[in-house]
Amino acid sequence: MRNLFNVLVIVLSAALGLVLIGVILESPSPARVRLSEEVLMQIDASGVTHPVTAVLLNFRGYDTLLEVMVLLLALLGVLAQMGKQKRKNPPAGFYLTEPRMQVLLWLARVLVPLMVLVAGYLLWAGGHQPGGAFQAGAVLAAAGVLLNLSGLLPSWIEPAWNLRAGLVSGLLVFLLIAAAVMATASPGLLLQYPPASAGMLILLVEIGLTLSLGLILAGLFLFLSGDAIDDEADK
Amino acid sequence: MSGLILDLLLVIALLWSALRSLMTRDLFRAVVLFIVFGLLMALVWARLHAPDIALAEAAIGAGLTGALLLDTVGYLRKKQRESFS
Amino acid sequence: MSGALIYACAGAVLFVSGVAGLILLPHLLRKILAFNIMGSGVFLVLVGLGQRDGTPDPVPQAMVLTGIVVAVAATALALALVRRLLSLTGKIQFPEEPEGAGRFWKNKQ
Repeated sequence: MRNLFNVLVIVLSAALGLVLIGVILESPSPARVRLSEEVLMQIDASGVTHPVTAVLLNFRGYDTLLEVMVLLLALLGVLAQMGKQKRKNPPAGFYLTEPRMQVLLWLARVLVPLMVLVAGYLLWAGGHQPGGAFQAGAVLAAAGVLLNLSGLLPSWIEPAWNLRAGLVSGLLVFLLIAAAVMATASPGLLLQYPPASAGMLILLVEIGLTLSLGLILAGLFLFLSGDAIDDEADK
Repeated sequence: MSGLILDLLLVIALLWSALRSLMTRDLFRAVVLFIVFGLLMALVWARLHAPDIALAEAAIGAGLTGALLLDTVGYLRKKQRESFS
Repeated sequence: MSGALIYACAGAVLFVSGVAGLILLPHLLRKILAFNIMGSGVFLVLVGLGQRDGTPDPVPQAMVLTGIVVAVAATALALALVRRLLSLTGKIQFPEEPEGAGRFWKNKQ
């Protein structure tokens, strides 16, 4: 019975795959709506020169706003699950004596400032070439994960007030700028940046997003890895 | 012509790593194959003229997701070892 | 048959194999892997189909960027739930339902 079910599922999904491939190959080329040209026509009014950044932070800025909210919700879900777990902290003396951990420690200490520099560059370069807040935030999160895996940064258990402020600051900056723009420059329209100051506003939003995103993505790993099976750290 | 051959090879490698990741018996090997799949996806995004997505996929899709999954596999192994001892 | 269309078809195959893996694999971690493969397949279809004629289109690229970040957040939440389920029940698969408990046309009460 089980094998029949397996075979049935595989056959049905193969049929679905063939139908999807047929639909993809048969779809007519877009005649009327050419989104890439429309973006290129309006890109001067957006404040940045790279089209993907313009779409992400200006033309579809609402999607980015909701995305940061979804990330915070996921982090809240992770925090709710990791209730009163014990901290997986290695005793400090252990790491400093093993030779291979010395190399990891040295590598972490050299690489992390470089990663912060790369994140800053990616944030700045997002305006005119591929880059932007998400890539910079991902590099910062990777720096946080590297610090945790080499023992320099303990896993997070319960966020203190400064971590909470950092996690929320990106969303708050975005909301404040949206509210300020809606109150002064374009009343009634959400996230309609005035073309003169759009570049500066987008840069401010991206700075807040980078910091916040780095903390949120690193937090997704660091809160999750703080699980200890028993008191291994206390042995 | 050579571009098309490169696309075909990338697609074959992508599908092979994804299917092997789903079908292999060892969980650690499945996660490692998933990380390989993520890095091949980064190459595919570069071929599709999408460098932003390539950066994000390599860092977030392969890197962070891979780190999360490997951490969970380690947790599962430790828990299995404990329940048997 | 441009390169982008080949990737769109590959995305469809990835999506379908992810669906089959999600249904058939009992281990929860493998379900999470299958779900991520499904997501990557959808992203490939989105960008590949939109760039059929070769010109890069920034709108689906921005959507896929958003999608990748949301997928990692969903994966992290799913992994947290898997750990919690493991510490509560000791099993890494969904608990089997007793006979008759899941049927809605028999025992109504």
